[in-house]
Amino acid sequence: MNKIKDINEVVEHIKDGMTLMIGGFMATGTPEGLIDAILEKGVKDLTIIANDTGLIDKGIGKLVINKRVKKVIASHIGLNPETGRQMNAKELIVDLVPQGTLAEQIRCGGAGIGGFLTETGVGTIVEEGKQKMKIGDKEYLLELPLRADIALLRGSVVDKQGNIFYNASTRNFNPLMATAADLVIVGAEKIVEVGELDPNHVMTPGIFVDYIVGGEE
Amino acid sequence: MDSKNAKEMIARRIAKELKDGDVVNLGIGLPTMVANYIPEDISVTLQSENGFVGLGTAPKDGEVDKDIVNAGGQPVTINQGAAFFDSAVSFGIIRGGHVDATVLGALEVDQQGNLANFMVPGKMVPGMGGAMDLVSGAKKVIIAMLHTAKGAPKILKKCQLPLTAVGKVNLIVTELGVMEVTPNGLVLQEIAPGVDLEEILRGTEADLIISDNLKVIQD
Repeated sequence: MNKIKDINEVVEHIKDGMTLMIGGFMATGTPEGLIDAILEKGVKDLTIIANDTGLIDKGIGKLVINKRVKKVIASHIGLNPETGRQMNAKELIVDLVPQGTLAEQIRCGGAGIGGFLTETGVGTIVEEGKQKMKIGDKEYLLELPLRADIALLRGSVVDKQGNIFYNASTRNFNPLMATAADLVIVGAEKIVEVGELDPNHVMTPGIFVDYIVGGEE
Repeated sequence: MDSKNAKEMIARRIAKELKDGDVVNLGIGLPTMVANYIPEDISVTLQSENGFVGLGTAPKDGEVDKDIVNAGGQPVTINQGAAFFDSAVSFGIIRGGHVDATVLGALEVDQQGNLANFMVPGKMVPGMGGAMDLVSGAKKVIIAMLHTAKGAPKILKKCQLPLTAVGKVNLIVTELGVMEVTPNGLVLQEIAPGVDLEEILRGTEADLIISDNLKVIQD
């Protein structure tokens, strides 16, 4: 099975109104090439699940500033003021989620776990609309799993079977998102032959990955 | 005292709270300065919530590695013995009580140990990032901030802004003094050299209990 595709071929799967998970933290570990291809294709009304909305000219910020996004589920939008502007102008819905809760929601979504209990957010606006549970003498919020139609990842080294190594702090949300979407596409900085990546260094097993595109810098 | 000296003083005092072997998460801005004053005879491991422990200093020219950034997205270095991980592990470390201390800034903090530091409705809504998890999960929560916002008290009877967490703050360090949140209320434990009690009381809305054992902050 050949997972390596032309970038224009893979973005055909991304359609208006879809929910996308996009890896990265302040654009470090975000597949810029895939984002550029989405922009070029003209997809709109996207729901984006990601740690943040990047910078104005980098990462997810490019999708926001070009008005391709109708909803964002993220922990932080402060480094891209355009997200806040669109939110205040009611052009964009933003659900702010504590970062650890967001990570765990995605992990649960990919691991077949129906939800989890966390103390994070108890007594704050985060608890609004959520079920609270008391276990022993501690109060928790019930947080539910998140999944997406498509996950867009960035891998530092990817073999042709889709096994991924993420270098340094590019890993962040990428391995979690790899498990929690119906279709998983990785933008690779370097593509290598099967066998070249030491199995001990594989952070996302290739079984999670549907398509590989090259060209990430 | 100008703001730069005030912040250095706060950072230096907080560094003394850290113990050998501690895992510590420092927030962006003033809290980050604490790293500059960690005593040389102790070893502290800094966590960066975007996915590693062993955070080092800012890179020199030519040392920048685009793949190594801190939780503010700025290039940083790592120390020998560092380890990278994904965001689920990172927040497992935080929520699981494996972080001994976190140092964060505040917009408001109150005498019950409540903290507001992530939004001003209608004005500043950057999002909480990892702050809510950090404040909930760290064993010790230390607030590093200037005592007032241009004269307006930030240490209150009750926070007015949306809360980051309820009752989780342990210690507040400002350029005027060191205050501890206790079951009896907020206790002024230390006062900065040359500062009189009146000045602290004027800049504090919270009911401040003066410790019987009030000390001057040692430089």
